[in-house]
Amino acid sequence: MRHGARPVAAAARLGYIERMIVELGHFALVLAFALAGFQTVVPLVGAHRRNTGWMAAGEPAATLQFILIGFSFAALTYAFVTSDFSLKVVADNSHTDKPMLYKVTGVWGNHEGSLLLWVLILALFGAMAAWWGTGLNDTLRARVLGVQGSVGVAFLAFILFTSNPFARLANPPLNGADLNPLLQDPGLAFHPPFLYLGYVGLSLTFSFAVAALIEGRVDAAWARWVRPWALAAWLFLTIGIALGSWWAYYELGWGGFWFWDPVENASFMPWLLAVALLHSAIVVEKRESLKAWTILLAILAFGFCLIGAFIVRSGVLTSVHAFANDPERGTYLLAITALFTGGALTLFAWRAPILQGRGVFSLASRESALVANNILLAVSTLIVFVGTIWPLLAELFFDRKLSVGPPFFNIAFTPFMVALALILPFGSVFPWKRAKLGKVAWKLRYFAVFTLALAALLWAVQTGRSALGPVGIALGAWLVVGALRELWERAGGKFDRLARLPGADWGKATAHSGLGILFIGVAGLMAYEVEDIRVAQPGESYIVENYEVTLLNVREVEGPNFISTTADIAIARPGGAVIEVLRPERRIYPVAGMPTTEAAIRNGFFRDVYLVIGEPQSNGGWAVRTFIKPFANWIWAGSILMAIGGAFSLFDRRLRVAAGARKTPARAVAAE
Amino acid sequence: MRSLALLLVFVASMAAAVEPGEVLDDPALENRAREISKGLRCPVCQNESIDESSAPVSGDLRLLVRERLLEGDSDREVVDFVVDRYGEFVLLRPDTGGANLVLWLVGPAALILALGGVALAFRRPKAAETPLTEAETRRLSELLGEGK
Repeated sequence: MRHGARPVAAAARLGYIERMIVELGHFALVLAFALAGFQTVVPLVGAHRRNTGWMAAGEPAATLQFILIGFSFAALTYAFVTSDFSLKVVADNSHTDKPMLYKVTGVWGNHEGSLLLWVLILALFGAMAAWWGTGLNDTLRARVLGVQGSVGVAFLAFILFTSNPFARLANPPLNGADLNPLLQDPGLAFHPPFLYLGYVGLSLTFSFAVAALIEGRVDAAWARWVRPWALAAWLFLTIGIALGSWWAYYELGWGGFWFWDPVENASFMPWLLAVALLHSAIVVEKRESLKAWTILLAILAFGFCLIGAFIVRSGVLTSVHAFANDPERGTYLLAITALFTGGALTLFAWRAPILQGRGVFSLASRESALVANNILLAVSTLIVFVGTIWPLLAELFFDRKLSVGPPFFNIAFTPFMVALALILPFGSVFPWKRAKLGKVAWKLRYFAVFTLALAALLWAVQTGRSALGPVGIALGAWLVVGALRELWERAGGKFDRLARLPGADWGKATAHSGLGILFIGVAGLMAYEVEDIRVAQPGESYIVENYEVTLLNVREVEGPNFISTTADIAIARPGGAVIEVLRPERRIYPVAGMPTTEAAIRNGFFRDVYLVIGEPQSNGGWAVRTFIKPFANWIWAGSILMAIGGAFSLFDRRLRVAAGARKTPARAVAAE
Repeated sequence: MRSLALLLVFVASMAAAVEPGEVLDDPALENRAREISKGLRCPVCQNESIDESSAPVSGDLRLLVRERLLEGDSDREVVDFVVDRYGEFVLLRPDTGGANLVLWLVGPAALILALGGVALAFRRPKAAETPLTEAETRRLSELLGEGK
């Protein structure tokens, strides 16, 4: 079929074996689908009948499934690297002139390939659960793998029947349509894999929750098992969201970092629930309370990943007026979402009464503080969810075409984060079971005074601006000093003990400080940003805040697959020497026929100088935008700190040993 | 996937948003114009305010907002003027009338319900407070007796 009378694309002139690679990849995917069905049925039935042999089938099935999908993914990557334009996805999303990095990342820069990455990660998590799950009891392990297999069945069917990346073209084009230029960027190239590691990581906590419901047993050991996976998923989701936000900041040309777009909200809702899940699993582990609630969170967190996949891939919310970009895909994803979320919730309603909590606690206690954390996070998730789907509901049921944008979310969502930040330092020093509120408040007295003084100072210094800046920055500082104070207390006020604290203590302090730093970044950037828009002639200087900006010249530059209009703009202190020459660009990618803006940023600890070159003007000048963005880097520094905190906790020996990651007994403990 | 949809959203925004020629001379008025623009949605874009968007209609709307301000309209009047012509679709912050009450109240209502539920849970007699059985009492006194 591929070799018609037409001239064959250079890349299609491949040897027999090379062409077979893609077909084998396709075949491997079909095999993986069949195997996922096997992995679903056999271990679950085996666990029901207590048949050891059937239960044991889960592990090799999971391993083999990962190998098959891995091969399939490698085959697709091979097609992209060799520019095999007989594959539709490659022709639609690649080009021979594209740099190699983006040929590879182009594999997941499209719907079909990104789904293949999704199932690859799904299989990876399944396989890891199988390899490291030797410490679990046999029935639970078999059931976890079975449920994980069923998620695989659904998504592999979705790929094979609606979104096959291995679909061929009868007449391959001579060259491809090129990857969208906006995706040809390191920040965005690695944004999807991290997000998927997060989403799919939550599929494993979902599997654990469903398996526990079938089993009818949730105990501290179960929570110890689930927590590393929830932590890992949350950690990757944090990095993925931060990468996307960072990309938006430098790529979109005005330095926004969060837009409350339905697509962003789709990744934010699972993140919020994953945070709630992480914290409630601690209560199950330490106190055997909140069991049913934790199971519910695990189900909902993955449920929101599925809803997110539906929102993003069906296009139902980005364009309210056409039901879906591709109705078939949208319908299928809606069915998957309904099946898994609905099925798990039904199971939950039926089995949850068995899950009796044991630990009791008083109103002032660590448990209560974590309950408050969970309530605030769950309610804020609900607000984001309702805000995201409201335009759809309003049109369907009330015949009103309306929009829900950033101003709504800023008003409706922010108070919950403020409340969360206020109670966090209290909650984290409360002892389990029963605390004396007065005693805890007394411990924090200096820090509270410091926070209030900081807020008052900022309030006094700024004139006529919103209260957002002082409040946000003071809350951020409150979180950071609260976290550090607690770490210091855990170390008994001795430096040498700090290094010997368990990873979980460090993780908690780092992640909570990261949140504080994120608060400071968001509040500082939103409250104190300075913007200057003007027409500048080459050679012209002007002052923005305490910088002198000089447009030196504007020139044309040719890139590998784009043409750029590059401006040289010098930044200096007024009257001082030049600090740096920045080069903002406007690019045109001829193949995709699309312009992009490349802002030039001088990153600083306290502020970024952000330059954008705009349209040429009729008088020979250029539109130049200069932004001073205070604390911008703190947003991503805070996010990364949160992720690092997650990693510290993940590598805490206690969790690792409990999770059975190392089968060697932890003899090193004796040293302490 | 997320990034693809983001692309669609921002394709129109690649060029500049507020153009130098649009900026008003009076900084106070210009600030008000920017604040109003941030709350009005570009009618032809996916999810952008007219302040961020480079679509021609957004440029027209930005000029319209500034014209109304120069004529002495209040912020409220400017917004109403635009909504009268383009419908409530352009409001990025939906009003609180009618069904939209649900949207605005869902958060506070859920919070109150959750706190109420927790309060009830705390008031219920706890498992640990159920009196000991006779056997348990005997065992306890045995243990305590031994401890003396």
